[in-house]
Amino acid sequence: MAFLDITGVRKAYGPNTVVHHVDLAIERGEFVSFLGPSGCGKTTTLRMVAGFETPSAGRVVIDGKDVTPLRPNQRNIGMVFQAYALFPNMTVAENVGFGLKVAGKPPAEIAPRVEEMLRLIKLPQLGGRYPYQLSGGQQQRVALARALAIKPKILLLDEPLSALDAKIRVSLREEIRAVQRQLGITTIYVTHDQEEALSMSDRIVVMNEGRIEQIGTPFEIYNFPRTRFVASFVGTLNLLEATVAPGGGRLEIDGQPVIARDGINGAAPGTSLTVALRPEAITITDAGGDRNRLAGTVEEVSFLGSVIRIRVRFRDNAVSLDTFNDPAIAPPERGKPVTVSFAHGDVHVLGAA
Amino acid sequence: MVDAAHPAPLQAPLRDAAPPVVKTAFSWAWLGVTPFFLFALLFLILPTLYLVVGAFMDTEGNFTLDNIVNLFQPTILRAYWISIQISAASAILGALFGFFIAFAVTIGGLPPWIRSTVMTFSGVASNFAGIPLAFAFLATLGRTGLVTALLIYLFDFNIYGSGFNLLSFWGLTLTYLYFQIPLMVLILAPALDGLKKEWREASEILGASSWQYWRYVALPVLWPAICGTTLLLFANAFGAVATAYALTGSSLNIVTILLFAQIRGDVLHDQHLGYALALGMILITGITNGTYIWLRARSERWLR
Amino acid sequence: MKRSTVGPWIAFGLGALYFLIPLIATFEFSLRMRRGTYSFDAYAVVFADPRFQASFSYSVLLALITIVLGVMLVVPTAYFIRLRLPKLAPLVEFITLLPLVIPAIVIVFGYLRLYNSSSWLPFTSNARATDLLLAFGYVTLALPYMYRAVDTGMRAIDVRTLTEAAESLGASWATILFRVIFPNVKVAILSGAFITFAVVMGEFTFASLLDRPAFGPYLQLIGANRAYEPAALAIIAFLVTWACMGLLQLVLAGARVARQR
Repeated sequence: MAFLDITGVRKAYGPNTVVHHVDLAIERGEFVSFLGPSGCGKTTTLRMVAGFETPSAGRVVIDGKDVTPLRPNQRNIGMVFQAYALFPNMTVAENVGFGLKVAGKPPAEIAPRVEEMLRLIKLPQLGGRYPYQLSGGQQQRVALARALAIKPKILLLDEPLSALDAKIRVSLREEIRAVQRQLGITTIYVTHDQEEALSMSDRIVVMNEGRIEQIGTPFEIYNFPRTRFVASFVGTLNLLEATVAPGGGRLEIDGQPVIARDGINGAAPGTSLTVALRPEAITITDAGGDRNRLAGTVEEVSFLGSVIRIRVRFRDNAVSLDTFNDPAIAPPERGKPVTVSFAHGDVHVLGAA
Repeated sequence: MVDAAHPAPLQAPLRDAAPPVVKTAFSWAWLGVTPFFLFALLFLILPTLYLVVGAFMDTEGNFTLDNIVNLFQPTILRAYWISIQISAASAILGALFGFFIAFAVTIGGLPPWIRSTVMTFSGVASNFAGIPLAFAFLATLGRTGLVTALLIYLFDFNIYGSGFNLLSFWGLTLTYLYFQIPLMVLILAPALDGLKKEWREASEILGASSWQYWRYVALPVLWPAICGTTLLLFANAFGAVATAYALTGSSLNIVTILLFAQIRGDVLHDQHLGYALALGMILITGITNGTYIWLRARSERWLR
Repeated sequence: MKRSTVGPWIAFGLGALYFLIPLIATFEFSLRMRRGTYSFDAYAVVFADPRFQASFSYSVLLALITIVLGVMLVVPTAYFIRLRLPKLAPLVEFITLLPLVIPAIVIVFGYLRLYNSSSWLPFTSNARATDLLLAFGYVTLALPYMYRAVDTGMRAIDVRTLTEAAESLGASWATILFRVIFPNVKVAILSGAFITFAVVMGEFTFASLLDRPAFGPYLQLIGANRAYEPAALAIIAFLVTWACMGLLQLVLAGARVARQR
């Protein structure tokens, strides 16, 4: 029995089913991300764990206790919202102490806990400020402190960083992860940002159209996507149309031969298949050895700072690939012929096109 | 505001750079707003100032405080007091009922068509003041009004036998509520919309009950708006003339009716006492409105 | 999670009772003129009364004049304040709020003293001049609504960009104001106009104390002397107010639809 068990949970509004059948077990202290596009059911699933939505079917069990019939205020869960949701009429300290106050804790007990929480989020001097006097990043850290002050069994974060600018987003996600490790609190993190999910999580649950597409570690999700959706949603993936070459066992892309290590399971010659290639798996500087090689022309060169993204067109298909920016080497020119190469093991066959 | 079209050179101190203003445009602008200030001066400021200054003058034009002192005679004090009481009662009751109706149509979970109907009706009813309103209540709760008659017919209960009179304090208050409640609904509905759903959810997940949410979060957030609007309702009722005049004639001694009679026929036999009466009204509505504006600014600061 | 809607329904129901019963009662009362049966006699009497026709059309005319004067005063002011003189915005806003602070009866009292027939600007010396003074008084009363409506409208269309665009095409300021700004704040002006109309039609204090034959004083006169006609007049006045607000909603809804296209 896991610490948090979501069993057969479904949610429908009238004829609209937004969450189909979610089974998920989360261990104590684990950091799990729900990743998917908007409308995929990740937030609804989170809100069912919180108790804001009642599942149409299924159960939510926390630490051996079925909480499905309980109201949110009986569940002892901490939650951080996308729009901060700090109470505007209370100071930072009052916000953080709110959960303890409504639980009837005496002020003498609340004050030290609030101080501890403010130290945890590294804002010990801001207790007397009002939310409107804080920056977005500070507000969200206070929201985190407020959620943690009640010593919740589980911490839920609903796209907590999407309202912030890029720089703060990165530093805050490291901070959230550090706090989570320090307290060892079981955490669910909802996001549509794959970079966030990959960098923070112990495990990622990729969702689409109300269903779980894949559950796995960031390493597994990124390198071994099990469905076409996961492959395309996580990372910038090149999808190519390939056909099984005459004689079978090998592929052809725009007439050039390609070998895939994960076999093509004896598909008949002439069958169309979709294969996936990560941009970072492709090089234009030939490393030599036993690799796939495809000739094409440079179609587009985008300078992205530390990385240069190059698009190479073969005939019907094109791939994007990344090279590190080396000031000593000029980037390739558009229209020039190039040969790209990639390892046999980097070709992921996704199935019939 | 920084003019984006004219980026200052990097080495120049940005703040001291004179804004690139076209001289001719400036004079056009001043010319464009002159009529407004002239109008405000002639038809708003000067007439009021005339009364304010007149309140501190005797008939020979010398400075005096006698008019102010003379305000403190029983008839006038009573008129102010009744006006204040009626305005306060109709403002507080209007705010209370208006709050519940605004709550019901915004976050109360009623179907959307009710909200649009109520808001449109409120726009109408808050402007449906004055004499027609008095007629409507006479036809309803007057001695031969429909409700009065129905109560006698159905329950053999004569409200006039039990001390009710439409031409009284409570009668006038009840009538004023007809435009006070809608005004409260109109102003408070946006404030209630400003309550974020996440505040409720955040307080709930932190263990608070619904009552605790209202006690510690929603009401404190709304409080400036509620108080401010109540003050506005107070000023609104305090300056009203027509409804009371049509309803009660001069049988109810409120300050607007007294001033009305004074303007018509100098019933106080002292022009300058009339000015002082007006000054007293300006002071009372001025203070309430000033407090309203201050509270409004506070609530807007929160709801950013 | 569903919260109970019993409370809201009760609040709505009680409110509906309080607001509908007087209307029903007034309507019922207005039909009682002929003994023993319901009839529209009271309405017939009212409509046939030449004083009704005269005072009603007087007020309509005055309302229209007020609206025109108000628009001419408010639109250029709001425009220049937004565009060139934002520093004056708080002052102008304060002035436009004053009519809500100073009771109407006080303002008109001031008019009577300041502009009496022996003063430097004897507005009340003849009927036409008093009509004009009354119209100015109504512009004052409508100022808070008119200014707010137009200012909100100008905020929505970003006057600065529009003006700069027009200027770059070589338009003069008059062209900008009348051909560019006016059409774009039409909806705002209309919404201010409807409220102004409703305010003017029901106004009593100004007209009565300036002794002009407007609809308000006529209502008061009938109310003091007749039994059933006041009820009929109340219904008519309510319908006029309702029509103004209905048209306002229509204009606003139309603007919303137009913007979505």
